[in-house]
Amino acid sequence: MTIEAAASNPLIADTAAAPVIHPRWVRVTHWINALAMLTMIGSGWQIYDAAPLFGFEFSHHIALGEWLGGALLWHFAAMWLLAINGVVYVALGILTGRFRRKLFPIRPREVVGDFVAALRGRLAHDDLAVYNAVQKLLYLGILLTGVVILLSGVSIWKPVQFQHLTSFFGGYNTARYVHFAAMTAIVAFLVVHVTLAVLVPKSLRAMLTGR
Amino acid sequence: MTRLRKPLPGVDPKLLIKDAAKLLPEPSRRFFLRGAASLGALAVLSGCDIIDGDTSENALRVISRFNDRVQAWLFDPNKLAPEYPESMITRPFPFNAYYSQDEAPDIDGDKWQLEIGGLVDNKAPWTLPELYKLPEVSQITRHVCVEGWSAIGSWQGVRLSDFLKMIGADTKAKYVWFQCAEGYSNTIDMPTALHPQTQLTLKFDHQILPRAYGFPVKIRIPTKLGFKNPKYVTAMWVQNNDAGGYWENQGYNWFSGL
Repeated sequence: MTIEAAASNPLIADTAAAPVIHPRWVRVTHWINALAMLTMIGSGWQIYDAAPLFGFEFSHHIALGEWLGGALLWHFAAMWLLAINGVVYVALGILTGRFRRKLFPIRPREVVGDFVAALRGRLAHDDLAVYNAVQKLLYLGILLTGVVILLSGVSIWKPVQFQHLTSFFGGYNTARYVHFAAMTAIVAFLVVHVTLAVLVPKSLRAMLTGR
Repeated sequence: MTRLRKPLPGVDPKLLIKDAAKLLPEPSRRFFLRGAASLGALAVLSGCDIIDGDTSENALRVISRFNDRVQAWLFDPNKLAPEYPESMITRPFPFNAYYSQDEAPDIDGDKWQLEIGGLVDNKAPWTLPELYKLPEVSQITRHVCVEGWSAIGSWQGVRLSDFLKMIGADTKAKYVWFQCAEGYSNTIDMPTALHPQTQLTLKFDHQILPRAYGFPVKIRIPTKLGFKNPKYVTAMWVQNNDAGGYWENQGYNWFSGL
């Protein structure tokens, strides 16, 4: 769905005067990240298949790039989009105070309470501008996972030039497992994230129109 | 990356993609985005009814050349690849090629010569006994394959930078090109050729290089991916033009530094 299509939706039109939940820079970086991340995951699966770490392979119907060489070209192209967009997002998140306002403080008791409420289907979504404690924890967690997948990826790409980073991740072979685990965490997050966006459509609308 | 087009009425975009793919010559089809059509990722780009193979492939190649420059810039000519104790050598060290082990070149060491060419003062070819007499260096380093797996091996031979100086190579030239017995080839950048661990390898684990690992000569480059380590080498040219290589020409990144 495009932004224009969303704006012509009557459900959305009557809330046009509502306060902005997601400023433009959040929405732009969010969707660039979505594109870059899916390209990285799809091509990463194809690369994984060339030398699987576990006893399974990803279907070539869902992996990107046709063969290893094509997948590597996609992976090492999309990495720039992912990294540059990620740096812009994190920098703006810190400089504008958005991270501080939205993600902190995270209180363990609230996390437990909101998690239980969510499982019971009783978690309120009255104000999309305020994240519940589970959301805060997940969004902070996925940010840190993004840092881990980027750095473990660099340590696999450059185990000689950045050998200290590679050592930090336990050496070349272990870094591959770390990179894979981070991908798994991101895919798991995506499943929950997309499911919840579908269950609470106004959150998707907010990420498209800002309101 | 993509061209935006309005869908043509009555035309299945997926079939169009297939037909377009048939028009492309075989080598350039290899990156064609078969996976992309079904990948949810690019379904996001639902405006793109036709993902143009040529356009995206050209863009990806341009970015890959950019990545070559980034890697050349990152390459530190003095940074050594980590070395390992003998106990960590992978045994058996894997044979790896685009053909099976019994299809590997079976070279007669008595007749073999290393041909030297290009920007070099002394172009006389080298025989194996002559090469065996040169000062030997040794390394136990990690071979990292483009596929992702890695193995630790032990290689002995002549430091390539010493050999290049010995034959009067112009080390201001940009590239060194290697030709192999089975038709394989590689071009490497001069800074990598001059790296202290880049080796004209004659032995594996202190034994004459076996056929599986590239007899009689392999070029061991622990700062590059495995496919940039040619085996069964028959010729070495110092030159200013990039002659490409077997896999590089099919889309693997040219620099492929570690």
